[in-house]
Amino acid sequence: MHQVRLSREDDVDGWREAARGLAAAGVPGEKVLWQVGEASDDLFGGAATPLPSGGTLRVPKAFLGLANRALLHAEPQRWAMLYALLLRVSRQPGLLGDRADPALRRIMALEAQVRRDLHKMHAFLRFRELRDAEGPRFVAFYEPEHHIVRATAGFFTGRFTNMRWSILTPKGSLHWDGAVLTEGPAASRKDAPAGDPVEAIWGQYYKAIFNPARLMTRAMLSEMPKKYWKNMPETALIPEMIAGARGRELKMIERSLSAGVASPETPARTSDPPSPDTVAARRSGS
Amino acid sequence: MSRLDLAGKLGILADAAKYDASCASSGAQRRDSKGGKGIGSTTGSGICHAYAPDGRCISLLKILLTNSCIFDCHYCINRKSSNVRRARFTAKEVVDLTLDFYRRNYIEGLFLSSGIIQSPDYTMEQIVEVARSLREDHHFRGYIHLKTIPDADPALVTAAGVHADRVSINVELPTRDGLTRLAPEKSEARIEGAMDGMKLAILDGKDARQRYRHAPKFAPSGQSTQMIVGADAATDRDIVGRAHGLYDRFSLKRVYYSAFSPIPDASAVLPLKRPPLMREHRLYQGDWLMRFYGFQPSEVQAAANDNGMLPLEIDPKLAWALKFRDLFPVDVNRAPRETLLRIPGLGPRAVKNLLAARRHRTLTLEDVGRLTTSVTKLRPFIVTVDWRPVALADRADLSAYVKPKPQQLELF
Repeated sequence: MHQVRLSREDDVDGWREAARGLAAAGVPGEKVLWQVGEASDDLFGGAATPLPSGGTLRVPKAFLGLANRALLHAEPQRWAMLYALLLRVSRQPGLLGDRADPALRRIMALEAQVRRDLHKMHAFLRFRELRDAEGPRFVAFYEPEHHIVRATAGFFTGRFTNMRWSILTPKGSLHWDGAVLTEGPAASRKDAPAGDPVEAIWGQYYKAIFNPARLMTRAMLSEMPKKYWKNMPETALIPEMIAGARGRELKMIERSLSAGVASPETPARTSDPPSPDTVAARRSGS
Repeated sequence: MSRLDLAGKLGILADAAKYDASCASSGAQRRDSKGGKGIGSTTGSGICHAYAPDGRCISLLKILLTNSCIFDCHYCINRKSSNVRRARFTAKEVVDLTLDFYRRNYIEGLFLSSGIIQSPDYTMEQIVEVARSLREDHHFRGYIHLKTIPDADPALVTAAGVHADRVSINVELPTRDGLTRLAPEKSEARIEGAMDGMKLAILDGKDARQRYRHAPKFAPSGQSTQMIVGADAATDRDIVGRAHGLYDRFSLKRVYYSAFSPIPDASAVLPLKRPPLMREHRLYQGDWLMRFYGFQPSEVQAAANDNGMLPLEIDPKLAWALKFRDLFPVDVNRAPRETLLRIPGLGPRAVKNLLAARRHRTLTLEDVGRLTTSVTKLRPFIVTVDWRPVALADRADLSAYVKPKPQQLELF
């Protein structure tokens, strides 16, 4: 049995190094035990065989991209799953085109979930401003599902290059001083500021941009599930916005009707198709 | 009238902007702030930073500079004769608000439009000043979309294109008759003239960039437009035709549809009721068929019912397939890409997967099920190595078979 110790949950390079040697030596997947950190010893006892190293292996470029992302998933079996796929791909380079292959599909599903997690972190993370001796500093607390914190660093340093900021998460932290990125330990919500005066203005915008005549909460929830809400200040307003929506639209129509202005020209209503199919319309967003 | 604070103005001027459909920040060229003095980046595909309970994405700070207007367009909440409360931002207020929101990661950038005050030129100058200040004073590299005013001096419109990623001019209504009746001060000729001018300026910009690497970029994300659906007598068939004409003549990136919403203090010449939201959705689906599925406009129009409207209960692709049943079933192991794209329920990504997978295996129904989201919807239209529909495509009640079943609404 070979035992591979990876230095941390997103140690993609460590996996790649070990997997290259093992695969070149032809070690089958069931003979490798993947572990993260200084976890307990091999359950099955017995001394671990030293890892083979060196050797060359050729795989399609697309495999590297797939592995780099899928390995950030929280799934504990990911290291072994990707190693098994690596063995198959090294023998059959065209395999990645066969999206009907069940093992490949499972890994692609992991990758898709990691991509979504990355995208949502880029989207839903919210900074709050602090002031210290050196001026403004922006701090965010966010809870990613997978091991993606380091992978988002490029996005945030590229966008907020000339700001000082910290991103705190339960999976580790990032700090940027305008030039150098440093990493820090896991953090909790109470390490981040509790508010920011601009949030009230942002909430005002969020309420105003909402069109109460087109309530589609299912569409909203499919893109912004409730698990994200606790770190997004504007979501506190959602219940009252929904409650007020129908009332606001009805009031508008009533007011127009009671105004009772005779139409100076033919009403354009002739173009309207028969009554709105509300059931279908509600479904449209989901 | 009491003085409005910033939040009060924002309430009014964002409320007034929400009838604009477009909020996309996509199509931008990738750039970031490394090596720059300011903030901002664009990723190419755009990011939705929040969703409102109307299901729409919030990507940009979408506001009007002012909702005062010298025009009197009936469908517009800000028309001269409407008694909505008026407000006005200074250019600096918009700049500061954009930066405050951007720094906190609320938005991708700014979408600025305005009612027309004093004159089209004056208004356009103010809009351009906001964009100029963001780009030049603050080195802002986020996304900027400016709505330009057809009657403004072409030099100002050009200045807008220099700072903005995307510029747009609204055609407002799908028919000339609708425009004359509902927007008496606007003219189709002037709107189209401005769109044509913009198209040429964008082409010139691209041309200059090819010759001189450092020539300024001009509206790198192109131009788009918007029309209001359900306020005049245009049928879906008319609208599809009109949209196609616009794409063709002005090289537009997008035509947006905005379902007419009942607005407070509406003019009496308008319908009181909104058109079904589904109508707008079906028009967008028709738009996608032309842009990504290789459908001709005439084919999308053929999917419409006798009254010229796309069916609301099924999507236009299914409606088209039900009208041309003799083209089905399609053998997914043999058919070329164009034909696969015609199968209801198969999108471009699924087609790509099918084409890749069939190089490795002969596809069974189960394989197809793994490569697509719903095989049930596909079954009547496809042949696989182990499946052939039993004259299903000939069944008179096929439409009932593939139509989604009505669902009970959920409480939230």
